[in-house]
Amino acid sequence: MLGRTAANLFWLSRYVERAENMARLLDVGSRMALMPGADSGYQEQWRSILQAAAVDQAYSSRHEDVTAEAVAQFMLFDKNNPSSVHSCLKTARDNARAVRAAITTDMWESLNATWLEFSEIRPSSASRNKLPDLLDWIKSSSHQFRGALLGTILRDDGFSFSQLGVFTERADNTTRILDMKYYVLLPRSAAVGGDVDSQQWAMILRAASAHRSYRHVYSGRYTAWNIADFLILRPEMPRSLHFCYRYLHSTLSDLERMYGERCECHDLAWETLSTLSTSTMTGIFQDGLHEFLSEFISGNNRLTESISYHYNFP
Amino acid sequence: MSEAGFFNEMLEPDGSVRRPYRELQAWLEQQSQQVLRQKVRDAEAIFRRLGITFAVYGASEATERLIPFDIIPRIISASEWRRLERGIEQRVRALNAFLHDIYHRQEIIRAGRVPADLILQNEAFTPEMMGHDPAGGVYAHIIGVDIVRVSEGEFYVLEDNLRTPSGVSYMLEDREAVVHLAPELFSRCRVAPVEQYPELLRRTLESAAPPGCKGDPNIIVLTPGIYNSAYFEHSFLADQMGVELCQGPDLFVDDGCVFMKTTLGRQRVDVIYRRIDDAFLDPLTFRPDSALGVPGLFDAYRLGNVTLVNAPGTGISDDKAVYTYVPEIIEFYTGERPILNNVPTYNCANDDERAYVLEHLEDLVVKEVHGSGGYGMLVGPASTKKQRTEFAEKIRSNPRNYIVQPTLALSTCPTFTGSGIAPRHVDLRPFVLVGDKVRITPGGLTRVALKKGSLVVNSSQGGGTKDTWVLED
Repeated sequence: MLGRTAANLFWLSRYVERAENMARLLDVGSRMALMPGADSGYQEQWRSILQAAAVDQAYSSRHEDVTAEAVAQFMLFDKNNPSSVHSCLKTARDNARAVRAAITTDMWESLNATWLEFSEIRPSSASRNKLPDLLDWIKSSSHQFRGALLGTILRDDGFSFSQLGVFTERADNTTRILDMKYYVLLPRSAAVGGDVDSQQWAMILRAASAHRSYRHVYSGRYTAWNIADFLILRPEMPRSLHFCYRYLHSTLSDLERMYGERCECHDLAWETLSTLSTSTMTGIFQDGLHEFLSEFISGNNRLTESISYHYNFP
Repeated sequence: MSEAGFFNEMLEPDGSVRRPYRELQAWLEQQSQQVLRQKVRDAEAIFRRLGITFAVYGASEATERLIPFDIIPRIISASEWRRLERGIEQRVRALNAFLHDIYHRQEIIRAGRVPADLILQNEAFTPEMMGHDPAGGVYAHIIGVDIVRVSEGEFYVLEDNLRTPSGVSYMLEDREAVVHLAPELFSRCRVAPVEQYPELLRRTLESAAPPGCKGDPNIIVLTPGIYNSAYFEHSFLADQMGVELCQGPDLFVDDGCVFMKTTLGRQRVDVIYRRIDDAFLDPLTFRPDSALGVPGLFDAYRLGNVTLVNAPGTGISDDKAVYTYVPEIIEFYTGERPILNNVPTYNCANDDERAYVLEHLEDLVVKEVHGSGGYGMLVGPASTKKQRTEFAEKIRSNPRNYIVQPTLALSTCPTFTGSGIAPRHVDLRPFVLVGDKVRITPGGLTRVALKKGSLVVNSSQGGGTKDTWVLED
């Protein structure tokens, strides 16, 4: 397989995953803005959303004020924002077109239809009232693409590269969601257990589509400890760091078997997975949650670089 | 259903049905308008599903249009086809011999049969090719010959495309669509198959492997990328042949050999079916600003370590000014009379012919020698007085830059239109493969001018396509 084909499959999946994550973050932001007492922290909430989307700097280079309207436009439609839903879907589709013969008709149709429909939407129509519908549609389009992929693609090296794209993106996203609010998760935080914290925690869980499943696993009220545990260490939570790395490791092992070659990226994934399997929340909090998350993000970037290098991505 | 002055491929002037079209006529009579309309919609859905689109430059980035497809096939009898086939084979053999000669001893120039200036001063002449012997001695492996019909017995070659002709994917997909939508009609006629084309293309490319290549040659298709208007076809052909579709940056040259970058490291490339123009192939030899090509590719080619299909420099044989000499070229290299005629062409450098041209511009078509795609062209009957005055001035000041032809009475074929079945003008592009032998896929791409009375079949100007049936005896 051409290195570029592998790269196209990796980024195709990665950008579809990112589009979905962007929609989820926006959803959280607009919910926060509706909450009682949100007025004072309004701008702060949107700022943390931009931070979690890793577009805070890009945003402030273009806008002075942080308003719900401007953030939504920026994250949905701005062509200069490489992570806007517009850019994600366009990049995903361009990558798909470049490997049209390596993906299935179902995958192509799903992505193509989403892009065509999205590009018809006028930015002005994404008003506050219509925003929730639009965000739901983006999420379900991503689910549909994933379904088409899982249901139709050959389980060969191409599949592996697409999965590496999905899970490096997801791990990155979950880490950033935790990091945007790491201070409300610290056990010694001043207002532990207050209403504001409770809202912030709900926001974190919602951003990771985890607010319902959380209750099933922990059968109680929100605690900072459990929330962090859920999103970092829980192996059964499909957006947790542990889950993502278990998947990345097994996918890389598949490639190792197929190609008969092992390299740095296999070791990196194995090291991170071992750390996650043996860590405890006590240890992570002791060493510093923010430090842990920062270290994790750079490790995850190193893994992408190592995969790109080893498999000859352009 | 007939239109005065034009040859109708289905109906005789007295209303009787020409033999090859009898089954079709009977079938059409059984179909209601609604059924046909539904079939047209089905066809569109099939094409959209498969993603057979072409990009429209300059239009919004999401715009990829379908080329309209007409469900009614164009039919050619076995005996008509045999003649076309012999004529095309003669032509492509002569043009390949011409290319070999032009890039070696230039006997045809020494013999005074074509003017030296016409070749040596021509933009399409590629001096870098002098003295090079391509693998197997073939320069143009993949050719699309544009042919028009004007009467029962008269076919003319309008253009020989020996650079990177496109459209073969439509030939294949149009057939798929018709077999799917009108199986009962298809099974009643004995239609020569076309679906072997990708296999034959692959074999042709294999036969072009460098002599030093051991084992199965590694073949690739080289595309400029997803924004090229024919990208769908590049991707389609690579897929159908089961070979990699590469872009320039996927390849590199090391020690005179071409490699592609794979997930398992470098892999040697032996044959490149390139859909990139000569000028962009190699920034070190041709246009230095080309980001589409591969630095060092041409040197690797000259060393005989990789084969480029078609060879660089084939453009000299389908140049519009050289076109007028093709009958000479055929006679010079084959010793035979041309089986297929050129469209009569006026030479403006000749005083008498120029005088005739300038007096009759309203009835003539003027083409710029180096223009293509309908640019720099005057279609007399559709022109304004101002345009004619401008062109007359241009011809006077630079007569060699123009060729002039009569407006051709393109034949018509029954076509499904908004207001029922009506005759529309068509042309034909059969696809030719030259390897160890010459293989011509029976049929080709029929382009149809969907607008009533229009003689312009280009897809960019409202043209559509039809499946082309060659009947077997």
